[in-house]
Amino acid sequence: MENWARFLEVNAPRILELTIDHAVLVSLAIFVALLIGIPLGIYLTTNQYLADTVLQIASITLTIPSIALFGVMIPIFSLINQGIGFVPAFVALVLYSQLPIIRNTYTGIKNVNPEMRDAAIGMGMKTHQRLLRVEIPNALPVIMAGVRTAVVMNIGIAVIAAYIGAGGLGVLITQGISRNDNYLIISGSIAVAILAIIADSILLLIQKRFTKKAIAE
Amino acid sequence: MISFNHVTKSYGEEITAIDDVDFTVEQGKIVVLLGPSGCGKTTLLRMVNQLETITKGEIIINGENSKDLDPIELRRKIGYVIQSNGLFPNMTIEENVMLVPDLLGWSKKDKRTRFEYLMKLIGLDAKDYGKRYPHELSGGQQQRIGVVRALAADPPVMLMDEPFGALDPIIRDKIQEEFLQIQREVKKTILFVSHDIDEAIKMADKILLLRDGEIMQFDTPSEMLAHPKNEFVSQFFGKDRAIKSLSLHTVENLREVIGLGPVDESIQDTKTIHIHQDLRNTLSMLLNQEADQVIVTDEQGENIGTITIDLVQKYLHFEIKGKMSASQEG
Amino acid sequence: MKRKKMIGNIVRYSLYAAVAAFFIWAVSNNYFGYIFTQSETFLVLLRQHIVLVLVSSVLAILIAVPAGILITRPKFKKAEWVVSNIANLGQTIPSLAVLALMISVLGIGFQTAVFALFIYSILPIFRNTVAGLDSIDKNMIDAAKGMGMKPHQILFRIELPNSAYSILAGIRTAVVLNIGTAALAYVVGAGGLGVWIFTGINLFDNGFLISGAIPVTLLAILADYILRKIEYVVVPKGSRRIEKA
Repeated sequence: MENWARFLEVNAPRILELTIDHAVLVSLAIFVALLIGIPLGIYLTTNQYLADTVLQIASITLTIPSIALFGVMIPIFSLINQGIGFVPAFVALVLYSQLPIIRNTYTGIKNVNPEMRDAAIGMGMKTHQRLLRVEIPNALPVIMAGVRTAVVMNIGIAVIAAYIGAGGLGVLITQGISRNDNYLIISGSIAVAILAIIADSILLLIQKRFTKKAIAE
Repeated sequence: MISFNHVTKSYGEEITAIDDVDFTVEQGKIVVLLGPSGCGKTTLLRMVNQLETITKGEIIINGENSKDLDPIELRRKIGYVIQSNGLFPNMTIEENVMLVPDLLGWSKKDKRTRFEYLMKLIGLDAKDYGKRYPHELSGGQQQRIGVVRALAADPPVMLMDEPFGALDPIIRDKIQEEFLQIQREVKKTILFVSHDIDEAIKMADKILLLRDGEIMQFDTPSEMLAHPKNEFVSQFFGKDRAIKSLSLHTVENLREVIGLGPVDESIQDTKTIHIHQDLRNTLSMLLNQEADQVIVTDEQGENIGTITIDLVQKYLHFEIKGKMSASQEG
Repeated sequence: MKRKKMIGNIVRYSLYAAVAAFFIWAVSNNYFGYIFTQSETFLVLLRQHIVLVLVSSVLAILIAVPAGILITRPKFKKAEWVVSNIANLGQTIPSLAVLALMISVLGIGFQTAVFALFIYSILPIFRNTVAGLDSIDKNMIDAAKGMGMKPHQILFRIELPNSAYSILAGIRTAVVLNIGTAALAYVVGAGGLGVWIFTGINLFDNGFLISGAIPVTLLAILADYILRKIEYVVVPKGSRRIEKA
């Protein structure tokens, strides 16, 4: 315990800094992933053929191991001199987030009660009105569940990104391994776990806040 | 035969779910457990196959105290049908229906013969439906399969917990008829839970009306409609219980008491009704068509007379209301 | 309708084109060269990788499925909430950390990696087993009991067949994850194809990167494909409806 106190006294500012780096990397990736994934998921509900294709691609992307994806990306991004660092990590996280976000947006909207959709059409709502007022609000819990999956997953994957120089809490763990220092490894993992739990709880809170009581489960 | 001897079920000191219930289901008869939700009817049913424990009293099934029997053995000898049919989605229809015979170790040939017989009972093709899976069948078909699955090992006793509750009214009506037809052939001793008064009147040899775990009345449907024992019973059956009781009488009953009207050949396009139809159906037919009479046919399909709203009203007045008011005075 | 299909086809074929372009580029730069020039090493690494995944996955299945069955039995039902929450928490610990922490317990080597991979694979299988068993309609169990089925008959003839889809999906998730995590086994000195990926990162050698990363990727995609086929065979036809979701 005493050792821990001493360790934290020295390293707390650095741990905090790395945690913030980690959170920023993941947040930026999720933000971009939402900008792509949600409109795409909505569009897919109108094009079954494309939906099959895109969901298939996204599901294969998700099976690619993260370290392997980084391995493939380094040579590709080297072509534009960004082989190592923020860019490949960011792109990988955006790619990995696509499946949960697109799939949940798509199924969430597809599963909106058809009678509700009929009623909206019957009341003379235009397509965008129907989307904004009926379909998206009702699909929100499912969409948010997808976002939460993506965030928690990305926080874990971003750890590996430390190996390609993207910074974040993975740095503590990789340094801990090379220096054989358990304090670094444990503090890094706990920080990652706490970050994931906090992010998940915040998103859950947002989800509850924006979900009308009537459709909350 | 199932006898309930002063059966009580309580949770702790405070709550009594079943309060000293004492009645008997005769061999080959249907007793319907009826009452508002939470009255304990399902609990009472589930005590028979030991899915619920008994706090006090005993249930005697065909001379054996249920407590002395091994629950597994006991359950295999009792057919059990529930509302949501409880078919197993991973098994074909044949596997579902033949599950209990399979557990009992019947031979392949016996199972096959039994399955074909049962499917014939409900008018489904054994070859065609045997290999299908439950989700490939309609709700009505699934429920029929649920019923014959309970009959599979030919158990002397059947427990049915709102078996037709989830079906839409038209199909429910049809399956009730069909089930009564089957019952005439198999003559099981049946305990049947329902919350639907019409269903109870139609299916029951006797109705057991429950409230808060206590018996309100145990009688034949006609007795219960004609002589409600207390305020609760008469309110439960409602102001229109005279009309409800019409479903207990057939066109033939009416003919015997007051006779049918003459057949007027000049009237065209009137509907016909079979002499064994109940009067409630007859009345709704009369009310639903423009003409004020319906032609009655006998077994041979011959026209033997006509029936009108007036005649039904007369019958209602003398036969049913007469009895009801007589009982209230007495 | 025609336009929609066309858009779908454009997306599909552009992706094929991109993948093809990548391979042409990689081959023309001889990035796959090491697989052929050092084919013996490659086969050793590949075998190590597969053995790591197989041993740890089989152990995880043997522990997680029975544990999931046990915790959903009425006797242990009360503990389910606690255990499931611990399992959820465990999922947030990074795989790399699990590997790294095992070094201090078991030292460096093959066993350490197997043990870490095993620990990490238990969670998804356990969670899916519990979720699958919990999602079975209580009425179905009631009907089975009422028909006089014994608890083990209900388990093997009703519960497990009807939750097979969920359990197998958990196994598939775990194995695919495991293939990726096994690529990190390099850090505990257990070999595997990760060796080439990390060599590539450390030496900035695209050849090692691609020769390590592409086989790992194909391994994961292949495992996913095979396990899906197995699911299709094992899951009873009648309870396969929800599969598409």
